[in-house]
Amino acid sequence: MTLTRKLWIGIGVLIVLSPLGLIVPDHFNAGSAWGEWGLNEIQSITGYVPQGFQRLSGLWKAPFPEYAFQGLEGKDIFQRSFAYIISAVSGIAIIAGVAFLIGKVLAKEHD
Amino acid sequence: MHIPDGYLSPATCMVFGAVMIPIWATASRAVKKTLSARQVPYLAIGAAFSFVIMMFNLPIPGGSSGHAVGGVLVAILLGPWAACIAVTVALVIQALLFGDGGITAIGANCFNMAFVLPFVGYYVYKFISSGSPSGSRRRVIAAGTGAYAGICAAALFAGIEFGLQPILYHTANGQALYCPYGLKVAIPAMLFGHLLFIGWVEVIVTALVVKYLQKQDAVFFEGGRS
Repeated sequence: MTLTRKLWIGIGVLIVLSPLGLIVPDHFNAGSAWGEWGLNEIQSITGYVPQGFQRLSGLWKAPFPEYAFQGLEGKDIFQRSFAYIISAVSGIAIIAGVAFLIGKVLAKEHD
Repeated sequence: MHIPDGYLSPATCMVFGAVMIPIWATASRAVKKTLSARQVPYLAIGAAFSFVIMMFNLPIPGGSSGHAVGGVLVAILLGPWAACIAVTVALVIQALLFGDGGITAIGANCFNMAFVLPFVGYYVYKFISSGSPSGSRRRVIAAGTGAYAGICAAALFAGIEFGLQPILYHTANGQALYCPYGLKVAIPAMLFGHLLFIGWVEVIVTALVVKYLQKQDAVFFEGGRS
């Protein structure tokens, strides 16, 4: 087996395990990363919503916020894990594709 | 460490965007010179690895969470400029599709995680591993140390960027306009989680993969590749 194939299998294993990144913080009731609070969180932490923050925070509506699908946010951990894995697979497909294209364009023809 | 929209002022965002443009241009030129055609699949794997490893959020005692970045590993294997490109691709897709990191903060996030992180990590690795055989244990230790230094340096920069906001941008009555925490809170908060917890995750992931690749294909570590 080629090394690239082995490494892709490794990525596949990480994809399958990725819901741990959802389940483990949930289990320990961990909050957002520092400085990544949403509007409500920042209001409850500081007592007000900074004006500029209010203006900019909703600037971009990502199609799959937090690696979830709309409507699945409150659902059980299995559905959220499923969405997380689908997000990982689609994210990797796009990222690997873009990186591969950039590499192809830039890389030397010969070694 | 993905700064969302609204935490940095538009001016701060523009500064980091402007700083990243020549860095990306230099990265393209450097990669054009050094990346061989058969390394291209590894660039794709590196970007994919960085993306998926960032999905592994871990709790940090004190109630927050964090994740490894994987960028130092890519820098060790393909060079820091290639790592800059790989992590940038991951960060841009994260922001656009998954709302992880702000659109306006792409420049700052790339500066921290796609520039500071791989470069600090790579040069610490180079410094410690220089002259050691490609299969040596020193190289694994160098990789782990680089990983730790890289992610902690990136966290420090993020802390500085957050912390400068309330000093530079506030209303007449002292309310912050963007990130509400100054340097004295933001820097320790960012460093605490990364020095004590997330940094070690980056160490373990990086060292394990380097050890594995030493056995698989030591050519990765035979110098010459930058």
